[in-house]
Amino acid sequence: MQWLVQFFSSGIGKKVLMSLTGLFLILFLIVHLIGNLQLLKDDGGQAFNLYADFMVHNPLIKTISYGLYFFILLHAVLGLLIAAYNRKLKGQKYAVSNSQKTTWASKNMALLGILILAFIFLHMGDFWFKMKFTDQLNLQTYDGVTVKDLYARVSIAYQELWIVVAYLVGLFALGFHLWHGFQSAFQTLGLNHKKYTPTIKGLGKIYSLVIPLAYAIIPIYHYFFMK
Amino acid sequence: MSDLHLNIKVWRQNQKNDSGHFETYKVTANEHMSFLEMLDVLNEQLVREKKDPVAFEHDCREGICGTCSMVINGQPHGPLAATTTCQLHMRFFKEGETIVVEPFRASAFPVLKDLVVDRSSFDRIIQSGGFISVNTGQAPDGNAIPIEKDKAGKSFEAAACIGCGACVAACPNGSAMLFTSAKVTHLGLLPQGKVEEEKRVQAMVAQMDKEGFGMCSNIGACEAECPKEIKLENIAYLNRAYLKSVFSGE
Repeated sequence: MQWLVQFFSSGIGKKVLMSLTGLFLILFLIVHLIGNLQLLKDDGGQAFNLYADFMVHNPLIKTISYGLYFFILLHAVLGLLIAAYNRKLKGQKYAVSNSQKTTWASKNMALLGILILAFIFLHMGDFWFKMKFTDQLNLQTYDGVTVKDLYARVSIAYQELWIVVAYLVGLFALGFHLWHGFQSAFQTLGLNHKKYTPTIKGLGKIYSLVIPLAYAIIPIYHYFFMK
Repeated sequence: MSDLHLNIKVWRQNQKNDSGHFETYKVTANEHMSFLEMLDVLNEQLVREKKDPVAFEHDCREGICGTCSMVINGQPHGPLAATTTCQLHMRFFKEGETIVVEPFRASAFPVLKDLVVDRSSFDRIIQSGGFISVNTGQAPDGNAIPIEKDKAGKSFEAAACIGCGACVAACPNGSAMLFTSAKVTHLGLLPQGKVEEEKRVQAMVAQMDKEGFGMCSNIGACEAECPKEIKLENIAYLNRAYLKSVFSGE
């Protein structure tokens, strides 16, 4: 196991860990989006509440979710440690900086990450925590099955303007984070070739626009059309 | 032939642990001079005034040795793409312009004096594995081994790295990945170098980390500023070679 410890203590090893956890979180974003688009259904929350109940109680999903929490924490903590380490090694700042050929997102991944992390705390504290660890949510019964009414909590939250704005800020940061992170993850794994890299870069740009926009529809739709 | 009247705002630092500061000098330079020749003019002026000349590194002055190292108006080797400082001519600057000249900044490149930085960390990375251990013979021996044209071309492009350190100077993380990857790609694509690749990549990456270079965030500032246009694909090659050496190496 010595070799594995050595690998993860190398600079490249740490970045590979960032890349792999990042790609896992990219996949998670799709699954999470598909499930949560049920919030747009006009059925008083039946589909969404049954889905939320399934997600909380299915053993396979539960196992994966522990992996997810771990990967989010690992990606965040390691990312911040790497950013702090790199910052220290850069040495003195230049009096004049001229970096027009690089993207703003690529140089501010840690800042964007902190914004996203703050958003995750707000988001999970409001929904996930209340669903899993408290009895604050009302109960709803559909065809004899009683489940917690998470839909109602979500819908109420999205009537608050500041929450909707906080979500939009979080998603904006997510979009920028993905703008650099998506293609960067492949480069770190050594996947850079003229055969497929242009496709990866194109996909990354589409992904970083479409996914945050699709997520943004949910709070905006609830705020304006589901009073 | 016209002359330019310039204000040169240059970093002055007496020795390694001094705090250093900027000083501005008026210099009249011919537009056909290289940037280093303009600094020569400034230094002659300073010597005549019995002042300490500006220390800067230079050697071949024809763009192939990688010795000249300075950041001009926020860009290592100045504003011209694919050009070293010695090949940058004063005609690319405007009359009356203030030009800010700073040393390469990275904690692995400590400033020794003025614009001179200690880049021996690069030497130690090369010493750790950037070579082929056995004598591979003379030119005819090299030609005796057929090498696919594409690979030879890519290896040659990577070999163009002059080890100047502009990549580290440009990198917001102070990372030496472009330099190290150019060396690993250059040797690894050739049959003579492939044999020792696993050992080489392990040793060079370990030395790079030990020297205190940062980690690569794939920002691409290095590629943009490299006077020899070394590509980010080399870094992907290094990552690949490193992963391979870790997971399938002996």
